[in-house]
Amino acid sequence: MVMVAARIKKQGKPDQTNYFNGTGMMKFLGKTIKNPLVLASGVLGNNSGILERVHRSGCGLVTMKSIGPAPRDGHKNPTVIDLGHGMINAVGLPSPGYLHMEEEWKDLEKRDFPLIASIYGGSVQEYQAVAKFVSEKKPDFIEINISCPNSEQHGMIFGVNEQSSFDVVSAVKKVIDLPLIAKLTPQAPDIAKIAKACEDAGADAICAINTAGPGMVIDIEARMPVLAFKKGGLSGPMIKPIAIRCVYDIYTAVSIPIIGLGGVTTGKDAVEMIMAGASLVGIGSAVHYRGMGVFQEVNNELETWLRGHDTTMEEIRGAAHGMTSAPHKGGAQ
Amino acid sequence: MKPIIHKTPVMLRVAQKEVHSKNFASLYFDYSMDFRPGQFVMVWIPGIDEKPYTISYHKKKRFGITIEAKGIFSQKAIGLKPGDLMGFRGPFGNGFTPMSSPDIAIVAGGCGMAPLAPLVEILDKNIFFIQGARSREFILYPDRFKTQRQICTDDGSQGHKGFVTELLEQEIEIRKKKGRKSLDMVYACGPEIMMHRIFMICEDNKIPCQVSLERYMRCGFGVCGACVCGEKVVCKDGPVFESKTLRTMEDFNTLALLKSGKPVELAQYFSWRCQS
Repeated sequence: MVMVAARIKKQGKPDQTNYFNGTGMMKFLGKTIKNPLVLASGVLGNNSGILERVHRSGCGLVTMKSIGPAPRDGHKNPTVIDLGHGMINAVGLPSPGYLHMEEEWKDLEKRDFPLIASIYGGSVQEYQAVAKFVSEKKPDFIEINISCPNSEQHGMIFGVNEQSSFDVVSAVKKVIDLPLIAKLTPQAPDIAKIAKACEDAGADAICAINTAGPGMVIDIEARMPVLAFKKGGLSGPMIKPIAIRCVYDIYTAVSIPIIGLGGVTTGKDAVEMIMAGASLVGIGSAVHYRGMGVFQEVNNELETWLRGHDTTMEEIRGAAHGMTSAPHKGGAQ
Repeated sequence: MKPIIHKTPVMLRVAQKEVHSKNFASLYFDYSMDFRPGQFVMVWIPGIDEKPYTISYHKKKRFGITIEAKGIFSQKAIGLKPGDLMGFRGPFGNGFTPMSSPDIAIVAGGCGMAPLAPLVEILDKNIFFIQGARSREFILYPDRFKTQRQICTDDGSQGHKGFVTELLEQEIEIRKKKGRKSLDMVYACGPEIMMHRIFMICEDNKIPCQVSLERYMRCGFGVCGACVCGEKVVCKDGPVFESKTLRTMEDFNTLALLKSGKPVELAQYFSWRCQS
């Protein structure tokens, strides 16, 4: 009865703030998206066909696999292991290289869904070169990966330091005219400070977190690490508390929107992430734990929870901070 | 009962090794692996690499994989001896859906015989079974099956000289002419160009088929995207695909991704796969 009452009451309100009714749309950095779910980079996004399928399966915003400065194979197998309560991976940033993706872009030009292009480099100049080239292919957003733990020369070495994060973001911002998202690592000593440095450098949004750790799994019969790269980033349910803490901290430090991800598997996980301060919610490992239906299911569960509590995403965003603590103006602008 | 899937590698010692020919050997393991024909396992040689292999031999307390020596990993695998250690994740993916009918064709090309072998052993003994290979010495399991088979070789050193698809078309024609029942299903595994040809023959004759495809794989359970083929994920949605799916599969018989994720034509993909 409570549910029904809430629904009736909700229908009585103009449905502007609660975009979230299955057909409703919302805005993120000026772009229209159908719901707050984001496919995390590095999960599935290897061609236009699968990105389209993920979108069709109920994901609001999809992210391509990170594009690098040169062709790169990534690491030998084993590269991804399911540990049940989460995964460990060291795929190692494979990429055809930004100059060798013409066919992919030809397919993606015809897309009818919003797209984040994730990029990485080994130097500020490489980030700049890749970002400039990729932005001309007209994705809707550029995400700069300064957080991958699975390569010695790329990614995370930038994202653990405020100055280098600032340098990369400001350099990339200069050469693109698309909204820029900075993807951060929980390995940073103080992720909130990194987020602030990115905001100061001109980032339009923060995406947090990349995989945690790195960790290691040793096979006791083989007497050696299972991953060929030995160590790897952790993802899935086991890292959710780290992700929630990071998003919570970032929310207190910046006023740009946050894509919160790390272990989100259910609608209630999404609610928790939004209460920590996220505007959008990323899904990665849960594609394995719940299958391709995860996007529609999490959408439904989130909507059911919001309706059941007669509230909206905007009302609960940052709610865990209490009424006064957050300077965050927030919101999906 | 829910099948048992090994998420992390189960480490097993080679119980027996059977050398089939210069290039082929099977390794057997005394272990009860929950498995359906056409599924695959990720096989790990510690310190070397991990690759997908189908299970080619399946008994209650023993299973086997068959290896063709091609690249670095398979050369190493074929050199293993009884007592050596290998890791197995899986089984993963969707296998063949067995039908109980004698009006079934099995078409195997080269090492594509391996995933079909456990299927042959559970199907009706009167099915139509074609096996092709480059030449006589490449014919896998020459004495294994109770089911009769027709052999095809490229060089004519045994059986019909020519392609397995020719024999399949012949069988379909004979059935038509004699007014016999059309085939209920064609199961196939082999080079992708052969899979495509079989699919086309089946479409022309309104026969459903199930074919097994191959792509470079990493995770094996549908999350990393290394093995995408059009909008399908080969490790999770496949590796066995049925006609309905094949009709809409964009990259079937055209493109495959290299390790870097770069899409290339199949010829280039397979020449790389043979070395890695």
